[in-house]
Amino acid sequence: MARVVVDVMPKQEILDPQGQAVATALPRLGFEGISEVRQGKRFELEVADDVDDAQLAKIAETLLANPVIEDWTVRRVES
Amino acid sequence: MSAKIGVITFPGTLDDVDAARAVRRAGAEAVSLWHADHDLKGVDAVVVPGGFSYGDYLRCGAIASFAPVMTEVVQAAGKGMPVLGICNGFQILCEAGLLPGALTRNSGLHFVCRDQWLKVDNTTSAWTTRYDAGAELLVPLKSGEGAYMASPEVLDELEGEGRVLFRYVEDNPNGSLRDIAGITDARGRVAGLMPHPEHAIDPLTGPTDDGLGMFLSALDALVAA
Repeated sequence: MARVVVDVMPKQEILDPQGQAVATALPRLGFEGISEVRQGKRFELEVADDVDDAQLAKIAETLLANPVIEDWTVRRVES
Repeated sequence: MSAKIGVITFPGTLDDVDAARAVRRAGAEAVSLWHADHDLKGVDAVVVPGGFSYGDYLRCGAIASFAPVMTEVVQAAGKGMPVLGICNGFQILCEAGLLPGALTRNSGLHFVCRDQWLKVDNTTSAWTTRYDAGAELLVPLKSGEGAYMASPEVLDELEGEGRVLFRYVEDNPNGSLRDIAGITDARGRVAGLMPHPEHAIDPLTGPTDDGLGMFLSALDALVAA
């Protein structure tokens, strides 16, 4: 078994009102110096050893992310 | 024999009852379709109604787009069957690849629930022939993720081919690019919009009956076929 992390982020050119709301809230809480926040999703998958990178990429682009509005990265991590 | 229009129910669908009522009001037979069925029960057209299918988990419409019944809808749409996605149904059709683009969180972050003015841009799709170009309609809008997004190339293509069905007028409620409220596919058979025509078919229960024209248009298309 291996642990795989898939990060999904809104594309840079897509408006991210949730990230903007977080960025606006930070100064109100006294945190200065944060110029931008973008909010995405992180998926953690436990996968069998015979699942290859091509299959993981397929999983990311067909279900976990919508490539019209989101970018994704897949990485294997130490479990 | 009257035309049969299917209305799909997913777990979390809300507007199937009103959609079926709109279908009947237009003079067609409404046929209930269930998300888990591999069967369209011989319908001539399909409405994918609004709501929160599968709790909006992952992304709005993402799980529903892989439901067994959607496999059948995608196949039927490929053969030219008229399909209308309303609100969550529009999100589902985009996720299923039947329509380009995607719907994202409203730019103001708030869920918007109000009667919304729309302007008719396209009067040739299977769902809009009953309208006059430039006509203004008042129908309910109720969505939290209704901002239509697509690449500039896709937006240019939609506008260049006359595939924008409706645009928001007065103020844009959700940040949709180019004020787009609804679009159609290249053949003008598959349509999707965020506002709810099925809630505006009778002045007794909605702001107007402006939405009925979409269902009457589809019926015209089916009778002509």
